[in-house]
Amino acid sequence: MTTDAVTRLRILYFAWLRERVGAAEEDVEVPAGIATVADLIGWLRARGPGFAAAFAATRSIRCAVNQTFAGPDSAVAAGDEVAFFPPVTGG
Amino acid sequence: MATIRVQPAAFDVGAEIAALTGGRTDVGGIGCFVGTVRDSAGGRPITAMTLEHYPAMTEAAMRDIAAEAARRWPLLGCTLIHRVGTLRPGEAIVLVLAASAHRQAALDATSFLIDWLKTGAPFWKKETFADGESEWVAARAEDEQAAARWSGA
Repeated sequence: MTTDAVTRLRILYFAWLRERVGAAEEDVEVPAGIATVADLIGWLRARGPGFAAAFAATRSIRCAVNQTFAGPDSAVAAGDEVAFFPPVTGG
Repeated sequence: MATIRVQPAAFDVGAEIAALTGGRTDVGGIGCFVGTVRDSAGGRPITAMTLEHYPAMTEAAMRDIAAEAARRWPLLGCTLIHRVGTLRPGEAIVLVLAASAHRQAALDATSFLIDWLKTGAPFWKKETFADGESEWVAARAEDEQAAARWSGA
C-alpha cells in the first residue's frame, strides 16, 4: 500500500445529522489510515462547521456499516456504506 | 412466514388479520398491537408526525426482529407494518400481529416485537407542533429498558 492511498466510502446521514451536515448522502475519499468508525467520525468532524455540529455529541450518534448496526471500533473499508443517525425512535 | 412492509399508506387491521390466518385452522390466538400518533408531546399539542427511515436497512432489520421472535416462541405467523411519511394525530403508525396456537405465546411475541421495533429498526420521528416548530423525537430510556427486559428470555 502506498502512503497516499485513499479509501472510497459512501456515507449516509439521517434525521438531525442529515440536517446539520446538509446532505443525505455522499461519496468520500478518506485517507488510508481511517480504519474504524471512530477514525471516520474524527475525520468527518474536521470537515467544517456543519460536520462539527453534527458530530459534536458522539454519545447521541449511532452507526451502521453496510446496513448492519456498528460500534466505534467497527472496521470500515473501501466500498463500504456507512450510515450515521441518532438513536432510533420508531414504533 | 413473516409479512414485513414499510409504506406511506394506511393499513387495514382486519384485512391484515385475515391475510395472516386465512385458510388455516391451527391458530389459537392472534396478538395485535397498533401504535397511533398522539396529539401532544410533553404537554405541547402537535399537528403532525413525520417518519424517516433507512430504506436499504429497514426491512432487513425488521426481518431479523421477526426471525428472533419466531426463534423464541412457537409462532404460526407474524405481520410487521410500519408507516413512513407525514401522519396526523389519531392515525395508525405501526401494526404488529403474532399468531400462535396459544394466547401466551401470541401476546408475549407481540410485546417483544413492538419493544424491539422501537429500539432495533432504523426509523426516526419528527414532531411538528401547533406553533409551527418541529423537533426530532429523542430516544427514551424506557424504550431501551423495555427492549432490554427480553434479553434474558
